[in-house]
Amino acid sequence: MTTVAVKPATMAQALTRAMRDAMAADPAVHVLGEDVGTLGGVFRVTDGLAKEFGEDRCTDTPLAEAGILGAAVGMAMYGLRPVVEMQFDAFAYPAFEQLVSHVSRMRNRTRGRMPLPITVRIPYGGGIGGVEHHSDSSEAYYMATPGLHVVTPATVADAYGLLRRAIASDDPVVFLEPKRLYWSKNTWNPEEPAEVEPIGRAVVRRTGRSATLITYGPSVPVCLEAAEAARAEGWDLEVVDLRSLVPFDDETVCASVRRTGRAVVVHESTGFGGPGGEIAARITERCFHHLEAPVLRVAGFDLPYPPPMLERHHLPGVDRVLDAVARLQWEAEG
Amino acid sequence: MTVLEQRGAYRPSPPPAWQPRMDPAPLLPDAEPYRVLGTEAAAGADPDLLRRLHAQLVRGRRYNTQATALTKQGRLAVYPSSTGQEACEIAAALALEERDWLFPSYRDTLAVVARGVDPVEALTLLRGDWHTGYDPYAHRVAPLSTPLATQLPHAVGLAHAARLKGDDVVALAMVGDGGTSEGDFHEALNFAAVWQAPVVFLVQNNGFAISVPLAKQTAAPSLAHKAVGYGMPGRLVDGNDAAAVHEVLTDAVRHARAGGGPTLIEAVTYRIDAHTNADDATRYRGDAEVEAWRAHDPVRLLETELTERGLIDAAGLEAVRGDAEAMAADLRARMNQDPGLDPMDLFDHVYAETTAQLREQRDLLRAELAAEQDGPDPQEGDRR
Repeated sequence: MTTVAVKPATMAQALTRAMRDAMAADPAVHVLGEDVGTLGGVFRVTDGLAKEFGEDRCTDTPLAEAGILGAAVGMAMYGLRPVVEMQFDAFAYPAFEQLVSHVSRMRNRTRGRMPLPITVRIPYGGGIGGVEHHSDSSEAYYMATPGLHVVTPATVADAYGLLRRAIASDDPVVFLEPKRLYWSKNTWNPEEPAEVEPIGRAVVRRTGRSATLITYGPSVPVCLEAAEAARAEGWDLEVVDLRSLVPFDDETVCASVRRTGRAVVVHESTGFGGPGGEIAARITERCFHHLEAPVLRVAGFDLPYPPPMLERHHLPGVDRVLDAVARLQWEAEG
Repeated sequence: MTVLEQRGAYRPSPPPAWQPRMDPAPLLPDAEPYRVLGTEAAAGADPDLLRRLHAQLVRGRRYNTQATALTKQGRLAVYPSSTGQEACEIAAALALEERDWLFPSYRDTLAVVARGVDPVEALTLLRGDWHTGYDPYAHRVAPLSTPLATQLPHAVGLAHAARLKGDDVVALAMVGDGGTSEGDFHEALNFAAVWQAPVVFLVQNNGFAISVPLAKQTAAPSLAHKAVGYGMPGRLVDGNDAAAVHEVLTDAVRHARAGGGPTLIEAVTYRIDAHTNADDATRYRGDAEVEAWRAHDPVRLLETELTERGLIDAAGLEAVRGDAEAMAADLRARMNQDPGLDPMDLFDHVYAETTAQLREQRDLLRAELAAEQDGPDPQEGDRR
């Protein structure tokens, strides 16, 4: 199917469209969370859903994240497909026990008899000038919990396609929405939305020969910009957008690194104990003999997310990515 | 100069348009726990129901002693006995219709069995061969929940979903006195009341959260008093009086089914045994207290009522005990059998579709198992 650009759409609009289409296609799909109904969500991602499908299908809940996700567990037990909004990354922490103690393991606990098809939408990451507790990148916590899928889109088309996949999944999916890309636009046709591949497939966003940038979510545009800038230095960078952190697409990542021989993992969350360590280890285990240099990480600093006036110093930007790329000249440095 | 500084200019007034949502009085529990056995109310109780409750209580007591014995033989990893609480467990479960759901905590095995779950399957979690042995949909019983109070919002969500679908299903959610301190208890009650979900919350107040007595758990007048803060009725019942528990639960279930919303019930009872077989209860409570509660034993209360009113004779009692013994013998025999575990099961139920990473790990385990079966490699010594 070819996608024709009718008018530019934002990622937020694509996410709304995904929920709307899922709700229209399947009466079991219910949206719930704080402010999702009348207000349409603080980011307006659920805008219009309550009006179109009624308050029973798009429900303003009491302000209680454990209660929201806990109620979603019971709803899923009874055959519904709840889509839960957590409003902001750090607001999801009260629901963490429900997520790790019940949502992630109900299928396993019951030997497959009680799967929980729940989508937990969490706007995450920084770069929008949010005050404390509004900019965390918490993906490593979710990645460390078996039983959850963890996905994050970087493009408007992926936002639609991945959210449709997440809602259709018979497993719980933590759907991380890079909030600084909510208003990013591109030529995506909302009247004829494209499907994406099943959850678990990475995609090569830009092909190159001299090194691979492995990234996801909000850092994808940063890496694409860095790849363009690196051309001046003679670097031809490949950019892999993971899209799914769990399951992890070893195949696409390793195929790229074997071609280029060099890799940098780029993400906003902390480096220590962060996703980059896991990814670097996987590459080293699988591609050691193809590597010309150690796998490097460009991550946020190992500190609580900084206040908004300082966040630009924390967030990995194009320059920090280019510095890492320069360090990949391992042999030359001897 | 501000308004407050202008002498006589400031007139305190009530906040605009404030009025209480409702009169809280009807929501408040009675001062004393509701009782039936040994009171005038017993005359109105259905004799068949009393006999049925009695037979189940005797079985439940025997189940508790048998399961505790199995821990001593190493057949169960742990068993949290509900001896002393059989009336809450069984009378509450029997107040449900078949289409209703039960959300038990880890001590509620008897309620699970009373719903029709196989006694051996109900013990799978505690035996350690799998987390949940039974199919939750077969008898509409959620998995036994080990984290405290976290199953309560599930009950709310399920009851809410059922009502949205037009089914008149009620969820019974069980929790202990300690569990009422958890955040999920609060969130579940609040959601249930706001949504008017058909849920009945049953707190079995057995006096202790492991070693911590109720006075150190809450400053509320009673746990049933907590209901008024959420806008639902609170009811207090003698948890050792099976007839009273059954009546109060049946009323609350009927109320929920009719669209009246949730009820919080506190059943006042006592845990005669220690928290589990791994606990030493003498460190935190005295014999006198335990003996006082033994005198208020739920099985004996019911048996006394039945015999004094001529509703059961010696042969009837004998038959009930014989039935309980047969259940225990069957439980013993089946618990002594090898559960027949397949380690490959470990990988099959993590995701709907096994991931590439888990497939690799499954292959690793399969190879390890094959090597175990082949026995030690005779060459291995040399290679080292």
